[in-house]
Amino acid sequence: MNLQSKIPDGPLAEKWSKYRSTVPLVNPANKRNLEIIIVGSGLAGASAAASLAELGYRVKVFCFQDSPRRAHSIAAQGGINAAKNYQNDGDSVYRLFYDTIKGGDYRAREGNVHRLAEVSGNIIDQCVAQGVPFAREYGGLLSNRSFGGTQVQRTFYAAGQTGQQLLLGAYSALQRQVGAGSVKMYSRHEMMDVVVIDGQARGIIARDLVSGKLERHFGHAVLLASGGYGNVFFLSTNAMGSNVSAAWKAHKKGAYFGNPCFTQIHPTCIPVSGEHQSKLTLMSESLRNDGRIWVPKRKEDAEAIRKGQKKASDIAEEDRDYYLERRYPAFGNLVPRDVASRAAKERCDAGYGVNATGEAVFLDFAYNMKEKYGRTEAMKHGIENPSQEKLKELGKEVVKEKYGNLFDMYKQITGVDPYEEPMQIYPAVHYTMGGLWVDYELMTTVPGLYALGEANFSDHGANRLGASALMQGLADGYFVIPYTIGSYLSKEIRTKAIDTATHPAFAEAEARVKETIDRFFAIRGSKSVDHFHKKLGKIMWEKCGMARNAQGLKEAIGEIRQLREEFWQDVRVPGTADEFNPELDKAGRVADFLELGELMCLDALTREESCGGHFREEYQTEEGEALRDDENFAFVSCWAMNKVGDWTLHKEDLVYENIKIAQRSYK
Amino acid sequence: MNLTLKVWRQKNANDKGKFVNYNVKDVSEDMSFLEMFDVLNEELISKGEEPIAFDHDCREGICGMCSMYINGHPHGPLQAVTTCQLHMRSFKDGDTITVEPWRAKAFPVIKDLTVDRTAFDKIIAAGGYISVNTGNAQDANALPVSKEDADAAFAAAACIGCGACVAACVNSSAMLFVSAKVAQLALLPQGQPEREERVQNMVHTMDEAGFGNCTNTGACSFECPKSISLENIAMMNREFLKAGLAGKK
Repeated sequence: MNLQSKIPDGPLAEKWSKYRSTVPLVNPANKRNLEIIIVGSGLAGASAAASLAELGYRVKVFCFQDSPRRAHSIAAQGGINAAKNYQNDGDSVYRLFYDTIKGGDYRAREGNVHRLAEVSGNIIDQCVAQGVPFAREYGGLLSNRSFGGTQVQRTFYAAGQTGQQLLLGAYSALQRQVGAGSVKMYSRHEMMDVVVIDGQARGIIARDLVSGKLERHFGHAVLLASGGYGNVFFLSTNAMGSNVSAAWKAHKKGAYFGNPCFTQIHPTCIPVSGEHQSKLTLMSESLRNDGRIWVPKRKEDAEAIRKGQKKASDIAEEDRDYYLERRYPAFGNLVPRDVASRAAKERCDAGYGVNATGEAVFLDFAYNMKEKYGRTEAMKHGIENPSQEKLKELGKEVVKEKYGNLFDMYKQITGVDPYEEPMQIYPAVHYTMGGLWVDYELMTTVPGLYALGEANFSDHGANRLGASALMQGLADGYFVIPYTIGSYLSKEIRTKAIDTATHPAFAEAEARVKETIDRFFAIRGSKSVDHFHKKLGKIMWEKCGMARNAQGLKEAIGEIRQLREEFWQDVRVPGTADEFNPELDKAGRVADFLELGELMCLDALTREESCGGHFREEYQTEEGEALRDDENFAFVSCWAMNKVGDWTLHKEDLVYENIKIAQRSYK
Repeated sequence: MNLTLKVWRQKNANDKGKFVNYNVKDVSEDMSFLEMFDVLNEELISKGEEPIAFDHDCREGICGMCSMYINGHPHGPLQAVTTCQLHMRSFKDGDTITVEPWRAKAFPVIKDLTVDRTAFDKIIAAGGYISVNTGNAQDANALPVSKEDADAAFAAAACIGCGACVAACVNSSAMLFVSAKVAQLALLPQGQPEREERVQNMVHTMDEAGFGNCTNTGACSFECPKSISLENIAMMNREFLKAGLAGKK
């Protein structure tokens, strides 16, 4: 298949405005007859649902949680980027575009990213109008902070709960449409399959998770806003229910999967504490504004800390290695996530890790608490020669105001007070840049089937910058899909709603779903779903995680295939299909992860270069930085599934007309 | 540590339900309360028994999905902590822990510890929003909001919609939940045009859903995992009264 990215012609800055002015429209009377299905109610799904319903389309929204407000966007902490330049510090649409392309290690499309930067400001306007309580300065205007990979302050935030506030904004817009009767909400529903008729997406099979009943739903278009697939690693910062199933079913129905191996490992998460661990908790990137990352300079000190003989505060200033500030003086602690994660792994692998497992580094606020905030406060209050205690006392209040909820969360989880001792952190799986391949209109390779937000592959290249996920989810939902969907639906105005009760394609799809469910119960094996999920996660983390190599990836593919076989012979799913049965839901999701894991390894094996979050040990510079191969790998990997375990690679070449691609440097 | 769990088991909405005792061994104090349930469920599955159904998702205290009424407290013994963030170091060896679902007429049990909270979504759909279609917004900084108001609105908006307030209340009242949204939007200039209708519509929908009235015991705010203030209820009452006086509906 010849992949058409459909990026409009013309100068970069004019592509989107030209597109918007020329894209076919659907008149209001016709919109009322067009039905749109949206799977997922996070930032992308809820914002798309509200915006499309406002335009007059008839919308159905599905989510597996008990309420659309639970979607995992809610857990995003730090903030959302926008090129407002309110700080007068040199920001612009072009600079946000440039930072995003560079941060993504030159593996994203110029046209898409520029559009994202263009609409970023509108997102902030929209959210404020909805009543999202962003942080403000005393003058009543919006406040900003810095995030990794940038040198301007363009991140808008609401304490450490920005995702929550943005999602509640989108949720309230969605509920307004539910109340108005323009959106029908199906919570506690899981999408089981996409129904494709004559090559076009025409609906879905859904399962009511409470009654277990299978349902058929028709739509003129189907939008997947079902999030990322980080849970393939079992341990990640994702919610327990986050899954790839909707996207994977679409993949199996012909939608190409883009860059599956591009996974973001977030540098600042609370380290693993034991075998019982069910998930990992992020400590927001915003903490790197004020926290300094270090390990001891001497191995003896690291060992003593690991054994509990020494504490962080016992290590003298000159014996600390602030390795990010040492290696990357220009960006220091604010290098992008992939760079910070690898640097932490490098120190821990070399024997400088600081917790019992040897897999943790310090994130230390003492210096800024005293020297940055304490001193400023002391000056403000006219306190001359403040003592160290006084500085700490004054600074602590400021830190509390900025990051209080994060510090409380850390203490709750670890039992250690981060105001007194530095946090211990280690990288963990957080986000997936890969996802369903989409064109400029966010359509997958199946006509009428779209992917929005983290579920698509599009804007972050090989590494996403902090505070850009919220931006992309809302850009896709509020400002992109309402325009681009017209290009397809304007041709669908004559398509009558299909009678799902009688159409053979719906019957066939439903029968397949039922077959799979029956198969789970027929196995009556000896091991739980989680048993297999944990095993898969371990393979993925060790062989397709922060560092990868050809041998490990080949081994992983073999191990995953074997695990998949065992799963289908020995999994135990208790209960029945016609009741509320969370174990059955999990079984379906893990079955899909067991197929996806293999594709991720295959993609990582095929991409013989290092870029962004994809680090192949064979391809690195002498200083241990990622070594890209632009001559051979400046493309998007687009995988078509022939059958499980058998894929064909297609390539979308990435063309850079505006940016000169170079080795990424944060030194 | 070794613990005895007394857990509410109820097959579905029509089942009467009962407490069942389970012994859990070798619980690590670093485990979260839900991880302890994961371990118990793994054991039940391996014995061929039905695992305990409970709601949970983000496991970082923000999605509001986890519930569980633990030893007579929604979200357990600690203040300002959700069940998923409750760790076993808050218990000691030999403890017996009673775990029940949220109990309220408006939150029917689905299975075991899982309840149906869609009544909350209905209340928001009745008015918990500002009517602004996408694309209608002016520049964000064209509308300054004093830091004090913005912070107060944020404090109210921190509600996670878990329903602990309802579970804690002797009357199963949803006043804290509803008032948090009413207050957030009433405090902001953007919320003014619909201020009166909003409070009336939300309160009517709340009453229709079968939630009880407020008798000012304060249990809701005390047990709230996000410490949402009782002042919101006072504010909502004022708002409701004012809307009535203004002759709306």
